[in-house]
Amino acid sequence: MALIAAVQESTTALPAQAEIRRQGAVLVAQLAGEWKLEHATPRFDGLVEGTAGADGSGSGPVRAVGFDATALGEWDSSLLIFLLQAEAWCEAQEIEFDATGLPVQISRLLALARAVPERVVTVAEPRISRISRLGRSAQSAWQAWLEAVTFTGAVGHSFGRLLLRRVRMRWRDFWVVVQSNSSGALPIVTLIALLVGVIIAFLGVVVLQRFGAGYYVSYLVGYGMLREMGALMTGIILAGRTGAGFAAELGSMKITEEIDALRTLGVSPIDHLVLPRMLGLFVMMPLLTIYADFVGIVGGMVVAVTLLDLSTTQFVGGLLTAVTLSDALLGLAKSVVFGLIVGLSGCMKGMQTGSGASAVGRSATSAVVLGITLIIVANSIADWLAALLEI
Amino acid sequence: MTNVSRIERGGGEAPPIEVRDLTMKYDSLVVMQSLSFSVGRGEVFVIMGGSGSGKSTLLQHLIGLKRPAQGSILFDGEDFGAADTTTQKRALRRMGVLYQNGALWSGLTLAENVALPLEEFTSLDAVAIGEVVGLKLALVGLRGFESYYPAEISGGMCKRAALARAIALDPDVLFFDEPSSGLDPISASRLDDLILELRASFGTTIVVVSHDLASIFRIADRALFLDIEEKTMTALGSPAQLRDNPPSDEVHRFLTRSSKGLP
Repeated sequence: MALIAAVQESTTALPAQAEIRRQGAVLVAQLAGEWKLEHATPRFDGLVEGTAGADGSGSGPVRAVGFDATALGEWDSSLLIFLLQAEAWCEAQEIEFDATGLPVQISRLLALARAVPERVVTVAEPRISRISRLGRSAQSAWQAWLEAVTFTGAVGHSFGRLLLRRVRMRWRDFWVVVQSNSSGALPIVTLIALLVGVIIAFLGVVVLQRFGAGYYVSYLVGYGMLREMGALMTGIILAGRTGAGFAAELGSMKITEEIDALRTLGVSPIDHLVLPRMLGLFVMMPLLTIYADFVGIVGGMVVAVTLLDLSTTQFVGGLLTAVTLSDALLGLAKSVVFGLIVGLSGCMKGMQTGSGASAVGRSATSAVVLGITLIIVANSIADWLAALLEI
Repeated sequence: MTNVSRIERGGGEAPPIEVRDLTMKYDSLVVMQSLSFSVGRGEVFVIMGGSGSGKSTLLQHLIGLKRPAQGSILFDGEDFGAADTTTQKRALRRMGVLYQNGALWSGLTLAENVALPLEEFTSLDAVAIGEVVGLKLALVGLRGFESYYPAEISGGMCKRAALARAIALDPDVLFFDEPSSGLDPISASRLDDLILELRASFGTTIVVVSHDLASIFRIADRALFLDIEEKTMTALGSPAQLRDNPPSDEVHRFLTRSSKGLP
């Protein structure tokens, strides 16, 4: 019995058809119609299962599968897929796959598809125990730490050579970083610092008023902005903005071999690319922090004056009485450290970028994550030291 | 119709690609002008010319990435630039492009790269897509490399994987931008074999941008020469014909790899 598989399509062309019938010891697949990828086509294994005598019962064993393509219309890869299914079935049944009835182009394509690849691929994933996985993680963490220390050392060394005038500084890059972190960063720094000042003031008004100490809200805003939030928020903003930018920029240069080109010219990429960016941030971070402190205090003052029975003079007076210069200097010192962290993490992740466009994205992401994490850790250490030294 | 692949089709149909009086510009700068030619069905057509002559720009116009400043490009008799989005998308479905650097999506494996156009343009199920992907990678000699990422294979293999992606949908027309650039002679020759095999088996019309003479003489049925000085095409014909009867000194120098007569 022959089974006809025809897939009805709403097109005028005859749909793909395959009919299998037994002729002696050979199963002949009669192919007809238009075989197109976009239309459903028959599957060989489905057809052969329903063909009487295909399993060798009744008329003796099947020795080969052949094809009759006299009624075949246009075809594309969908026919090749069908023929490869037939070939796989023949292999499984250990019978001959006879392609003589097929058009010569199809036979050539089948031969091309069967060609042995130039290299045998063995992707053997060795089984790894939990302990060795833990060991590998520790090893890679240690490696990452070593790389970070080496990179920091290289930047320090480069800075030392700059001081000794042994490095030709690329001032253009330096000024680009300064520009991007001054006028370019002001809108976002203004917005965030203003809102942080407002939040601290709201918090102060709500809490301090309960104890009749609403007047001290100026102290809370000043102390909070100058010692903590001004530098912290600016650092986090720049980690997301500038750090990611450094990583993406240097990462792109890495994958387009621009960094290798520098090395082969004997130019240190650290001197040429990293140092100007680091110095640009080193200069701009404290300046942006001072600006953020000022904007945050103004935001806090607006809230305090609006919600409490305080005048602007009283707010400023309270601020100047309570907050000392060391509070502001501590914030500035932190900002310098944060600037170095952002620059180092951004440049390091950029220089460590792997290959491929997605590696650039990964570098930028990890630069931001590393930058923010290190900023929070450094801030905690600085606060702890300040408490110990009673600053 | 019996036993036909696309190579035997046609006869009286509009040519798959027809360029009429095309002018290409970058802003106000004219790159090339007065370009008129057509590419026949099943033909291997090479666009050649010196560096900076606008070969790749012409290719970008042919695949619809750039709009003509003047003139028109007809795809199967239909003005590609003036067509609505649906028609353009239908035309794009029938084109395959192999970019100069392969342009494989680096975040996807080779199998995923080849599967993406199939997922986008066909309603095949995952099993069928897997089979087509396996076939296409096998056709370009990359069977077994399905799970590899582009960064893990060589440049030549990347090109072949990109070719597998370009032929995923069995396009009527295949465009190649400098297929042999960055490849060793053996890999380049292998790619030429593949181009000829695709034409012979599927009847695909093939447009190649190249300045690799060995490749041009091997694969091209006809070649078009873009002259950077004249800012237009100055030769059209079979490479051997152009070499034996060059219409200009520049074509002669190009096809004989000679710098004689240049200042």
